[in-house]
Amino acid sequence: MMLLAVLSGFLLALAVPALHRVAGRHIGWVLALLPALLTAYFASLIPTISGGENLLIQNQWMPGLGVSLDFMVDGLSLVFALLISGIGTFILIYAGSYLKGHKDLARFYVIMLSFMASMLGLVLSDNLITFFVFWELTSITSYMLIGFNHEDAEARKCALQGLFVTAGGGLVLMAGLILLIFITGSYSFSEILASDLAIHEHGYYTAAAVCVLIGAFTKSAQVPFHFWLPNAMAAPTPVSAYLHSATMVKAGVYLLARLNSSMDGDALWSYSLMFFGAATMLTGAYLAFSSTGIKKVLAYSTVMALGTLTMLIGVGTEKAIIAFVCVLVAHSLYKGALFMLAGALDHETGTKDITKMGGLWHSMPRTAIITGLAALSLAGLPPLFGFVAKELMFESVLNSPSWSWGLLAAAVASSILVVAVAGLVFLKPFFGPARTTPKQPHDAPFAMLIGPAVLTLLALIFGVAPFLPATFVLDAAVSSVYGSGVQTALALWHGVNIPLILSGVSLLAGSLLFIAWQGLHPTLHAVNTAGSRVGPEAGYFRFMLGITQIASWQTRVLQNGVLGVYLLILVLVTFGLTGYTLLTRHGFQLDFDFSNGYFYEFGIALLIVAATVFASVTRSRLGSVASVGVLGFGVALIFIHFSAPDLGITQLLVETLTVILLVLVLFKLPPFVNLSSPWERYRDLTVAVFAGAIMTLIMLAALDIQYFDSISSYYIENSYGLAFGKNIVNVILVDFRQLDTLGEIFVLGLAAMGVYSMVKLRAEDQHKS
Amino acid sequence: METMMAYVIGLLFTASIYMMLRRSIVKLVIGLIILSNAANLLIFVVAGLTRGAPPLILEGASEIAGTVADPLPQALILTAIVIAFSVLAFAVVLIRRAYEVVGTDDLDKMKDTDT
Amino acid sequence: MKTNTLILHTAALAIMPLQLMFSIFLLLRGHDEPGGGFIGGLVAASAFVLYAFAFGAESTRKLLRISPRDILAAGLLFGLASTIPALWSGQAMLTAQWWEVPLPGEGYLKLSTVLIFDIGVYLAVLGTLMTFVISLMESEE
Repeated sequence: MMLLAVLSGFLLALAVPALHRVAGRHIGWVLALLPALLTAYFASLIPTISGGENLLIQNQWMPGLGVSLDFMVDGLSLVFALLISGIGTFILIYAGSYLKGHKDLARFYVIMLSFMASMLGLVLSDNLITFFVFWELTSITSYMLIGFNHEDAEARKCALQGLFVTAGGGLVLMAGLILLIFITGSYSFSEILASDLAIHEHGYYTAAAVCVLIGAFTKSAQVPFHFWLPNAMAAPTPVSAYLHSATMVKAGVYLLARLNSSMDGDALWSYSLMFFGAATMLTGAYLAFSSTGIKKVLAYSTVMALGTLTMLIGVGTEKAIIAFVCVLVAHSLYKGALFMLAGALDHETGTKDITKMGGLWHSMPRTAIITGLAALSLAGLPPLFGFVAKELMFESVLNSPSWSWGLLAAAVASSILVVAVAGLVFLKPFFGPARTTPKQPHDAPFAMLIGPAVLTLLALIFGVAPFLPATFVLDAAVSSVYGSGVQTALALWHGVNIPLILSGVSLLAGSLLFIAWQGLHPTLHAVNTAGSRVGPEAGYFRFMLGITQIASWQTRVLQNGVLGVYLLILVLVTFGLTGYTLLTRHGFQLDFDFSNGYFYEFGIALLIVAATVFASVTRSRLGSVASVGVLGFGVALIFIHFSAPDLGITQLLVETLTVILLVLVLFKLPPFVNLSSPWERYRDLTVAVFAGAIMTLIMLAALDIQYFDSISSYYIENSYGLAFGKNIVNVILVDFRQLDTLGEIFVLGLAAMGVYSMVKLRAEDQHKS
Repeated sequence: METMMAYVIGLLFTASIYMMLRRSIVKLVIGLIILSNAANLLIFVVAGLTRGAPPLILEGASEIAGTVADPLPQALILTAIVIAFSVLAFAVVLIRRAYEVVGTDDLDKMKDTDT
Repeated sequence: MKTNTLILHTAALAIMPLQLMFSIFLLLRGHDEPGGGFIGGLVAASAFVLYAFAFGAESTRKLLRISPRDILAAGLLFGLASTIPALWSGQAMLTAQWWEVPLPGEGYLKLSTVLIFDIGVYLAVLGTLMTFVISLMESEE
């Protein structure tokens, strides 16, 4: 059941093109049934999970490699699964209306459903390897979603940037996960979390922690990797609403929270989380305040929220984890809603720039009310859930075991900024003097408002009655992050205390800041332009440019187009290194003991030598080809004489065909001429003699010593018993090593196709001319 | 005999690398052929040479009596011979095609003609 | 390319059927004695090459009836198909399967996925070589 739940998104994605033809413009509603069902399914697990139980569902995948499709449901993953499928439902409905009539609507839904399924797999996986597979799947599918408008060069560039940053971080994460597997000896999250092993006392701990942190930070857009997130706004709005509220960017935070209970207690882990979290929070809040595009504003405020979440995990007290879960849920609700509303504004007015909107209250009343409520939650004002979350955040920062004053200052500063940001999002477009927008504005259609409305309503209910979500899932989620049972006891009203006073201060200061925004804006803009030249994004571009420059430099040096130079480099490096190893490990040993050979064997050897020398020195093509033929027959004689009849026959037949081939083709080419200068010839001869000498020495050494037992005896003994064949060579080819032979006949096929297409191309060229 | 063959194979490698370093494209082909023979012989000889005992189970018997030649390198070489031939065919056709397009058989002159 | 030598013509006509029969003989006995798909395929290919030198690429193509590339593709398919039957009997892919079909009178016919695979190799080698030779010869004409 769980396996089906996770994979159903992929399965449905396959059916989308067909469904699209049947359902037409109602496709969004039809497809939304799946996440709705999934939400119901996950909701049905709530009683079990809140009872303190964890579900572990095991499915075999590649048992030999320790990879399995095991799923674990605990409080944390259940909260995530509910958010992913719940918000996903509304996003799918919304997208049907937002992208109505788009020519690639079916493609959009295919990727979107795959993304949703990958995300569910990510939060539910118990196996570290499977987790990583899903993690990378989200990177790839989100790349395709961000670059959905692939005809737009800017969108492609932004999508690629997101992919480079997250997939690059993914590689580092993989190293971190493998180190974790080394440390704990287990592939399973649940076993790692359940073990009493003190992970941070292990020698690999620092490396593992740093790798996991980098992986999570890139995914969750922490400073200094935050720049990809706002650029990802090139995506259509439903994508932004989904990726940046509950899913993609939360994956990193999820990983941090998942591992927190076994990684905490270590200074490196908590201090880096607190430091980078607080820095991200401030940066995000400031950049949100200084932007004008409504999606950019929301994107940077997402960066801020992600920073807050990271910081709270870093603080790590019981209170902080409660705050973490509340901020997580509150943010998913209001950010999902706000993004969808921003899309509705953009859709109805034709602009994303908030300085160009005003007085929309009259024409879009319903949109305005919902935006207002969601913005209140963003600003952290009662009676919404955002308020509960923010109060808890203040309180846990106040009681933080370390850095409490620094974190508090950052928290207050960013909440002042975010109050002003909420004003920008709500007051700026809907109030003030009406402005003319590119399109005549009117309220967004039902399909675009239902999602925001439901999410905001939830935020309101959770705000007024915070014990409701708490008893259902939040307690369990907090317990799984904190590592032991916790009762949260949330309430909207705590009486007059320091957090409340701080909230009041931020509301006041934020309002003043909002009023001053008009005046401040040109200055902020100038500062940001100057800052972008030295910021991390500039670093990213310099890095990418550097890669291409180094690539073209080394191509010029190593691949200058002269085949001879490539070969010289290859030969010198290969034989130089092998020769060095041979001489240092084995020493220089020559052997001239030819006594165990018969005279006719020396005759064959002499024939081979003579043919080779003649083929190399002759001035005549025909002579050269003929003597190469003689060489081949000499080799065939060796095979036959030394007990390899199959080889002998094959060699004879191939030698014949080689001569035919050369006759067919080679004589269309000009005759031999000496092109090289004598100096070049002596140089090449020296290199060739060096290589040949090394080969002889290696062979003499190999004949002298044997490091391992031959594995041939297995084949000899079992050829008849297991494989019913008496020609052992053939049995190896078609039975024991059948897969290798299968690969080899495919190589044959490729060569044939290559020859065929080259000949055909030539015929077509001639036909044209 | 193995010792003797070590020197013969060394010479084959020398000849093939020298030929492959020549600028004339036809010599490159000759070098390739010698190289594949050299490699096959190398694998064959390193496993040890056995006279008159092919790796076959005799009629009526169900297992090998006494020592036989090592079958594993033989299986490797058998496919190597066929593959080397088809790769050679590919290379030869490619070379002729390049010669037709570029109009020279001098490898040093082929580098600037991207067309 | 086509040669008008009487000797070559007669020789090709006389030798080719023998060569083809010999190639199948080599293929079938390959599991127990020297031979097998690679060698059989090479012998069969040389038979057709001889014919092609005597009568030209066009008539060889007609004689083959099937395009060399299709022979190659069939060979690869046989090779792939031989890996599947093991799955039906619940074994790992590529495990060889043997069936003994009783013949009228005495004796059994040994059938196996190994034989199917060897036939695949035979066809792949034959198809590859014929693709080389026929397309090269046709490009000369």
